[in-house]
Amino acid sequence: MLRRRLNRLFGRDERKVDSRTIYVGHRPCPATEALIPPKFCDNRIVSSKYTVWNFLPKNLFEQFRRIANFYFLIIFLVQVIVDTPTSPVTSGLPLFFVITVTAIKQGYEDWLRHKADNEVNKYLVTVLEDGRRACKESEKIKVGDVVEVVEDETFPCDLILLQSSREDETCFVTTASLDGESNHKTHYTVPDTERNLESLSATIECEQPQPDLYKFVGRMHIYRNNQEPAVRSLGPENLLLKGATLKNTQKIYGVAVYSGMETKMALNYQGKSQKRSAVEKSINAFLLVYLCILVSKALVCTTLKYVWQNRPGQDEPWYNQKTQKEKDANLYLKMFTDFLSFMVLFNFIIPVSMYVTVEMQKFLGSFFISWDKDFFDPEIQEGALVNTSDLNEELGQVEYVFTDKTGTLTQNNMEFIECCIDGFQYKYADSGTELDGFCVTDGPVNILQQKAGREKEELFLRALCLCHTVQVKEATGQGDGVADGVEDQVDGVMGLDGETVGPADLGGFIASSPDEVALVKGAMKYGFKFLGMESKNMRVMNRNNDVETYELLHVLNFDPVRRRMSVIVRTKSGDTMLFCKGADSSIFPRVRQEEVDRIRMHVERNATEGYRTLCVAYKLLSREEYDQADTGLREAKLALQDREEKLMAVYNQVETGMSLIGATAVEDRLQEEAAETMEALQGAGMKVWVLTGDKMETAKSTCYACRLFQRSTELLELTVRTLVDLGRKREERLHELLLDYHKRAVQDAPPIKAGVTRSWSSANQDYGFIIDGATLSLVLNSSPESNSSCYKSLFLQICQNCTTVLCCRMAPLQKAQIVKMVKNCKGSPITLSIGDGANDVSMILEAHVGIGIKGREGRQAVRNSDYAIPKLKHLKKLLLGHGHLYYVRIAHLVQYFFYKNLCFILPQFLYQFFCGYSQQPLYDAAYLTMYNICFTSMPILANSLLEQHICMEVLMDNAALYRDVAKNAMLGWGPFLYWTLLGVYQGLLFFFGVRFLFSNPALQDNGQVFGNWSYGTIVFTVLVFTVTLKLAMDTRHWTWINHFVIWGSLAFYMFFSFFWGGIIWPFLRQQRLYFVFANMLSSVSAWLIIILLILLSLLPEILLLVLRKPRGPHSRQKKPVVQSGVGETQSPRSSARPLLMKTFSDESNTIL
Amino acid sequence: MMASSYNAKEDGHVTVPGGGTIQNKKPDNTAFKQQRLPAWQPILTAGTVLPAFFVIGLIFIPIGIGLYVTSNNIKEFEIDYTGTDMSSPCFNCSQSFSWNSTRPCTCALPFSLEQPFESNVFMYYGLSNFYQNHRRYVKSRDDSQLNGDTTSLMNPSKECEPYARNEKMPIAPCGAIANSMFNDTLDLYYIDPNGTRIQIPLMKKGIAWWTDKHVKFRNPGGNPNLTSAFQGTTKPINWRKPVYELDTDAENNGFINEDFIVWMRTAALPTFRKLYRIIQKKNNMTPTLPRGNYTLEVTYNYPVRSFEGRKRVILSTISWMGGKNPFLGIAYITVGSVCFFLGVVLLIIHHKYGSRNNTADIPN
Repeated sequence: MLRRRLNRLFGRDERKVDSRTIYVGHRPCPATEALIPPKFCDNRIVSSKYTVWNFLPKNLFEQFRRIANFYFLIIFLVQVIVDTPTSPVTSGLPLFFVITVTAIKQGYEDWLRHKADNEVNKYLVTVLEDGRRACKESEKIKVGDVVEVVEDETFPCDLILLQSSREDETCFVTTASLDGESNHKTHYTVPDTERNLESLSATIECEQPQPDLYKFVGRMHIYRNNQEPAVRSLGPENLLLKGATLKNTQKIYGVAVYSGMETKMALNYQGKSQKRSAVEKSINAFLLVYLCILVSKALVCTTLKYVWQNRPGQDEPWYNQKTQKEKDANLYLKMFTDFLSFMVLFNFIIPVSMYVTVEMQKFLGSFFISWDKDFFDPEIQEGALVNTSDLNEELGQVEYVFTDKTGTLTQNNMEFIECCIDGFQYKYADSGTELDGFCVTDGPVNILQQKAGREKEELFLRALCLCHTVQVKEATGQGDGVADGVEDQVDGVMGLDGETVGPADLGGFIASSPDEVALVKGAMKYGFKFLGMESKNMRVMNRNNDVETYELLHVLNFDPVRRRMSVIVRTKSGDTMLFCKGADSSIFPRVRQEEVDRIRMHVERNATEGYRTLCVAYKLLSREEYDQADTGLREAKLALQDREEKLMAVYNQVETGMSLIGATAVEDRLQEEAAETMEALQGAGMKVWVLTGDKMETAKSTCYACRLFQRSTELLELTVRTLVDLGRKREERLHELLLDYHKRAVQDAPPIKAGVTRSWSSANQDYGFIIDGATLSLVLNSSPESNSSCYKSLFLQICQNCTTVLCCRMAPLQKAQIVKMVKNCKGSPITLSIGDGANDVSMILEAHVGIGIKGREGRQAVRNSDYAIPKLKHLKKLLLGHGHLYYVRIAHLVQYFFYKNLCFILPQFLYQFFCGYSQQPLYDAAYLTMYNICFTSMPILANSLLEQHICMEVLMDNAALYRDVAKNAMLGWGPFLYWTLLGVYQGLLFFFGVRFLFSNPALQDNGQVFGNWSYGTIVFTVLVFTVTLKLAMDTRHWTWINHFVIWGSLAFYMFFSFFWGGIIWPFLRQQRLYFVFANMLSSVSAWLIIILLILLSLLPEILLLVLRKPRGPHSRQKKPVVQSGVGETQSPRSSARPLLMKTFSDESNTIL
Repeated sequence: MMASSYNAKEDGHVTVPGGGTIQNKKPDNTAFKQQRLPAWQPILTAGTVLPAFFVIGLIFIPIGIGLYVTSNNIKEFEIDYTGTDMSSPCFNCSQSFSWNSTRPCTCALPFSLEQPFESNVFMYYGLSNFYQNHRRYVKSRDDSQLNGDTTSLMNPSKECEPYARNEKMPIAPCGAIANSMFNDTLDLYYIDPNGTRIQIPLMKKGIAWWTDKHVKFRNPGGNPNLTSAFQGTTKPINWRKPVYELDTDAENNGFINEDFIVWMRTAALPTFRKLYRIIQKKNNMTPTLPRGNYTLEVTYNYPVRSFEGRKRVILSTISWMGGKNPFLGIAYITVGSVCFFLGVVLLIIHHKYGSRNNTADIPN
């Protein structure tokens, strides 16, 4: 997907025409003599896969592309065509069932997609056509149409905003369904367009469709009566995206620029690729083995058959003549059909029912996750959500956890903690009460102790009030209601949260980042209140309750590269001021050094305490300076090419020579039980990587707080900071550091035994690795001629030996890149990504298992995830509890299925040696069909749903138990061989035990003899009992359902056998089993052999259980043991503890 | 390939099992849904398994001994009368066999019993290398015809091919099994110490399963006159007489002839025996078959030389466990002893290492 996207991006560059021209309202413009209406695609969205006509063939084709289905189809066809020992019904019926159910499910899903498509495509929109308002279906919109959209409607295509009903020429939009950001964004009309749209004559020149939601470059030429056309620049702020919703604005008009599948939304859609679990891969491998067994069995039998037939008198003795047709058949054809017949006879070794059972297990099993009340979060009134049931067992196999920081490890619930003005620290007292256990030692500090000069303070607070893009939520009751309702619908969080934007506050604030809200509210606590915008004027209420008004001249937007934002305002008195806030690293170089020295200490201390720090600076602009900046900005905004770069240059030019006023510290609290969860994950042998866009210091302190880094952890740092080294090339330094770290972490480390077991004894030095985005791209994409692959492998090796890796300053795409890199490295470990925001979607989609947190950053992550949980702490139970159990269950299910079919078919195979290789089935057709469907299916299904070999609490308390099943331990070749051998042993036993009994078939006390069907029935009875009892022995958790199903199955078998043999069935051609079962039970010898064989076949299993005993109870007896020695594994400290106050400096741990 | 994000939500609702409905509800706090059903968690420990081993051993060994003794007490006498050997009295018959010969070939085999057969004696015939379990053979029958269905009588199933019709006439009973019915006649004579031959009465009834005789096999049409009931059918190709002439006794004629029914129950293995006759004990005073010399008179109709088969006659008494088969007794004794032995070994292991393991576990 990524590649495709990149290709598309590159492809755009290669395209000859790199812009499109749109005639607004399809009106010819004076400048262009001949109007050639350009061809654009229509506005239809097609997401469905099938139509009514192609559904059947296409769906069948897709289904039979699955190798298993195809195999069963072949078997079925063979049975139909060739004269085979079993009737086609035996394999046709289950196959038909499976195919039908799947087709219905897929058809239903596609029908829903059709419905959704239609809803969008047939939606009626108002289009201005030749001065009239006309209603059109959405799909009929053409590029160039002027479309009217009213409040709360979604935009039918990508539009350029021409006119808004709001006075300030703006409109508000929420893009929750696109990128998950639920805040209201402001979009602007193209400046100076005419109010009368009918007479507007303009062309728009813009780039070709591309998927980036936040990029748009265009230019609008407006033609007025014989005047020189006016040119206006168009940016993303003018573009309204399809899928976004209009808010707080009554009506807008826009001209369609991209339509249908060329809209950014359609281009952005990432096909959710099917994730396959590792268990499925194991199943396929086993399947291959069994297929080989099957084919070799058939080959052996066919060969022996012809060898045997060559002996005189064997092929066609007088008592058993062939029909004429058989005699005439071609020898080779006969051999081939014989081979196929054997295949059919033995094909039960790979049963259709296994797929059905596995699917059922997964489907039904996933209910337990959504039912789990421990996952229920009373705050958002939701439990866990399961988006796919295919990956349940993968949860028990995770080796790498990639977690987002903000919103995942931390709550993304910002709180203004303190500020520092001119080197003096200010702390607001009330914040202490909300954080239990963390109280400022020097008692409640009064609001603004007179430390810094009052002037400075007020300047600082004004800066906080002005330098942001926060909007005040409209206070009108109606507006509020709508907004609330929408937010509830969008993510269900906001309404209940009450903290950041709750209506309880006097003014609700809407902002793209919670930091800004926290800052504005922080200023409010100190008496400066931001009242909102009034047509380009920002109103602030100061401490004396006077309203100050500032004219907003320019907003120098925040971007992650610059890491700062500025506003230019004009005060009442006519002064032009620039306020700038941003990360310390981006502000410090731009202010005077002596100011920095006063504040740096505070900033660094705050950063190590895990607060997000921002520095605030200002600058008084002289008239000349302002004019220069103003023209620069306007010019840059108009540029069609390299607009970003040009803007950046102007920004950089303007934001210099500022003076630093102060710094702020905002706390992002840890999620509940974040530390315990992370500790448990590490204890379970998982490696935790924190991928965050945040800055290093903050992320590092979060890692310490989550106990991902311990005090003893040696930190290996590979960041831009460490790479800066006395004029040497960064590559060289990088190379050097990598080699050094590699030596330290990989070569000098004692060889880690058995792969995953990171012993947590202190003898082993723990390493933590820190890398930032810029360095990472240097590692991954270093110049092609240098040894980039070498860097990459060095990097990977270091990372694999570190317990925790922290990647900061990551772009969303880089997150996915990292996940992909780890996923594809040696041993292909199972990866899990957990995140809550739209920026985590890429890594959630990339990882084997994607987990979304139902946080406050919209629903995007949840929608794209495989599982969604309300809180991070639930991850522990999801992995250690559910994941472990599901893995054990499905592994057991798979092994058991192969085993039970091996010992089912082996006697049938052996019987061929005694029946002249004639494909005579040992068991009756009813038994052949029912074995997997009725007699032995329910117990294993119940077992695989309910089994808890170790109960949930113990699993949760002992994270180390997770290592027992790591690396697909229960589906390796070892266990597979064990089960196979068990199956072979039992199969041999069943067959030959009865074979020796039948050396004298007079088994009844009246001297009467038993025939071949009695033989088969005895074997089958032993088989059903053994296989069921074997399962009973494996069951460690006997609920009444297990009892019911296991004993019920056996009872059903007995009942069915009596019933089946008790009646002359009119529809059967042969009454083979008539009273066979009852006669068998009347024979003492049959009873004795059945009991003997069942016991004997289970004997090795019992023996193993006893011999394994020293290890077996170890896991179960651990419970009391652990409770006695809880100390180290479970720390009783409360989760609400704030970010720890470390007494040590983490710098000392960092190796530089 | 395309689906846009607006319907992702709907998709979610489709694929989420139960997700859609319970989303805004607190999950039910039932034991089942919370996986907290009360459960019995058996733990197999040496303490529970060891006694089981001993108990199994103690039960199995006596049963095994009982079985073995029982099997040994069963008297069994077997005589091969195939006649492949030049010295065999049936050599001539086996060599000169032809399907068309009208005069039956007979031969007499003398034998002597070293020990008397006290209780009822069951007389079996045994065939070797005869694949009654061959697939083509097993399916070559029409059970509805044998059940007295008149339409099937006239239209035998195609499974009976190539024994379904003979010169356009339906064969009754059709199929390879019926066609190849064993038709040697075996008679047993006791040679008195004074030289007189006494024919031993052989009972024809009670050799087939009761249900087969009374339910599964029925003569067509309920007509007491079998000849007319089988009107329009022809005898199997290799039979010498039609099905309604198998016996003179009406209760043992036609499809419900017990020899026929016994034959129709196909054997499990290529070497098999089938019950032929029962020699009933006359009274408690004299053994059924006293010690002494006997002659087996064979009407040799059944060719086996072409497929290298063997024919035997077995005289055997029967116990509660059936015919003579030492296997079961030996198996029980072996398994019993193995269990007992394992019990002892485990006990030693448990005593020696078990306690140490337990103590080692605790501080861990």
